[in-house]
Amino acid sequence: MSKSFLKIESVSKSFGNTKALDNVSLDINKSELFSLLGSSGCGKSTLLRIIAGFEKPDSGKIYLDGEDITSLPPYLRPLNIMFQNYALFPHLNVKKNIEFGLKEENLENNEIDHRVKEITALLELTGLDNRKITEISGGQQQRVALARCLVKKPKLLLLDEPLAALDKKLRVQTQFELVNLQYKLGITFIIVTHDQEEAMSLSDRMAIMKEGNILQVGNPVEVYEKPSDKYVANFIGTANLFHLDKINEKTLIKELNVEISNNSSQNKNLCLIRPEKIKIQKFENQNTQNQCLGVVKEVAYLGSYTKYLIESNGFNFYAFMQNEEVAENLKIKWDDKVICTWSEDSIFFFDD
Amino acid sequence: MTNFLKKQNFWFVFTPYFWLVLFFFIPLALIFKISISVSEWGMPPYRDMFAFTKEGFSINATLSNYAFIFSDSFYLRSYINSLTLAFTSTLICLLIGYPIAFYVAKSKENIRNLLLILLIIPFWTSFLLRVYAWKVILQGSGIINTILIKFGFIDQPLSMLHNHYAVILGVVYTYLPFMILPLYGYLVKFDLNLIDASSDLGAKPFKTFFKVIIPLSLPGIVAGSMLVFIPVVGEFVIPELLGGSDKLYFGKIIWDEFFINRDWPIASALAMSGIFILVIPIIIFQLMYAKYNFKNE
Repeated sequence: MSKSFLKIESVSKSFGNTKALDNVSLDINKSELFSLLGSSGCGKSTLLRIIAGFEKPDSGKIYLDGEDITSLPPYLRPLNIMFQNYALFPHLNVKKNIEFGLKEENLENNEIDHRVKEITALLELTGLDNRKITEISGGQQQRVALARCLVKKPKLLLLDEPLAALDKKLRVQTQFELVNLQYKLGITFIIVTHDQEEAMSLSDRMAIMKEGNILQVGNPVEVYEKPSDKYVANFIGTANLFHLDKINEKTLIKELNVEISNNSSQNKNLCLIRPEKIKIQKFENQNTQNQCLGVVKEVAYLGSYTKYLIESNGFNFYAFMQNEEVAENLKIKWDDKVICTWSEDSIFFFDD
Repeated sequence: MTNFLKKQNFWFVFTPYFWLVLFFFIPLALIFKISISVSEWGMPPYRDMFAFTKEGFSINATLSNYAFIFSDSFYLRSYINSLTLAFTSTLICLLIGYPIAFYVAKSKENIRNLLLILLIIPFWTSFLLRVYAWKVILQGSGIINTILIKFGFIDQPLSMLHNHYAVILGVVYTYLPFMILPLYGYLVKFDLNLIDASSDLGAKPFKTFFKVIIPLSLPGIVAGSMLVFIPVVGEFVIPELLGGSDKLYFGKIIWDEFFINRDWPIASALAMSGIFILVIPIIIFQLMYAKYNFKNE
């Protein structure tokens, strides 16, 4: 038996004819911040609801801290969930919302008060005790929802799209707060999100899901640099995917008709070059390997970096360039002829 | 421009008030006037309140009608019967209506609309006809007795009609939609995640029901109960058709005083007392409830 804290063992779940989860297994470690990432309908929310106990799996088992919780009702599971819309009780004030779960544990009143005070201080909610839920801001509501869960000291906290309802600026700030909080408390977090950037910046490890299956589990670097397949490569960040051709002992990128040295390709048939790994310069002279000629078709200036869409040999791909210097204008513009180069190590090879 | 709008607003706001004055306050005032008049033979069957005779101007007003109805426990008992009927049927409507409203509110949208139509369809037939239908169902040669006798459960037909149980049945049947619809109105807005959240925080289902679901549908419960309770207190048709002599109800007594005894002043005094005994507690309740809500907001 492995030492995984939450063990999901071949869980399947169907709704009518649609398979929401297809024989999913997953191990999550103690004190880990783990993300379930996927587009809508991939089964990530179903998996979360099964862990929380709101749905029963058709088959499979779930173990938390060594204990089989598959058939436990939600109110007996030592875990809590924070809902996407927070699901705060509108008829109760902030304090009553936070202590709701503690009252169910039949704790003494001063113990309840102590723990509520502790958590409101931690989440900077002091002074809001008697406010109605509708009288506080979205960010405060999010923290009340978090406090309501954390005050119960759960073994595991599930967060369903925790930042989706916040505006962009607050979202970035809250991301860091969430990571700090998780680090401070050491509670295992499982976050469901469709936002790959959010998943990347929050997680220790993440699982990418599609159509009820887990495609890849790994830390953000692994998933970004070494995706398990085409879908993952495209889902996380921007991907330039090329086919490989072997002609007379030479390895060629088919679409660009560019040669690469063949020691690393290991007979794979696909390769990925991330846009930021391609350097573009105004055309001067050309080498033979790992570079190609192209024409700039689109330019999107985004402040810290610029996105270029390059056409080469009739094929389009992306290149991202850091805007390293203060400049009045872009050096490379539409219809400029450019030379694109990348280092051999920045290519990742895999199979279709 | 603003003047024009103001004029429009005036009519917009005050039309309902004119309606209320014309069809509620003026008739109420007339009933009040009759209730303090002196009964006599003739048409109308009470003495003019203001009279100019040779002896001069006289006012014929009296509180003796009120004194009479409060001194005879017969009226009080019928009023209590009506209150008991209203209370019992409101409670039964709530117990039956709440699960129905919850189920309808949580059904998928296409099924939900169908269920709502099914709830409203009975209103397309006359209320009188629907109560009569119960008479046909419950009577000695009715469908229930026929079936029970045919299958040998009983030898003699059960007498299910003309008692106060039949009245409660008729009232619950008739007024159930008035309970369900306001409840539905509140429950349909209810966020199901709140039930999950409560369960997740450790509350067992019955605790979730009393700590989350009931408080959040309280306004619907109050509205539905009012819509059933108030008209049932004055209900006349259902006791008349389904009721027997075991219990007399207030509405029926007023009817009898008006049309059988032709004692308009007594009937009016009964109607006025009924209104005041009912309206004052309801106003107090509403004020308290509004205060409670305000405190919680």
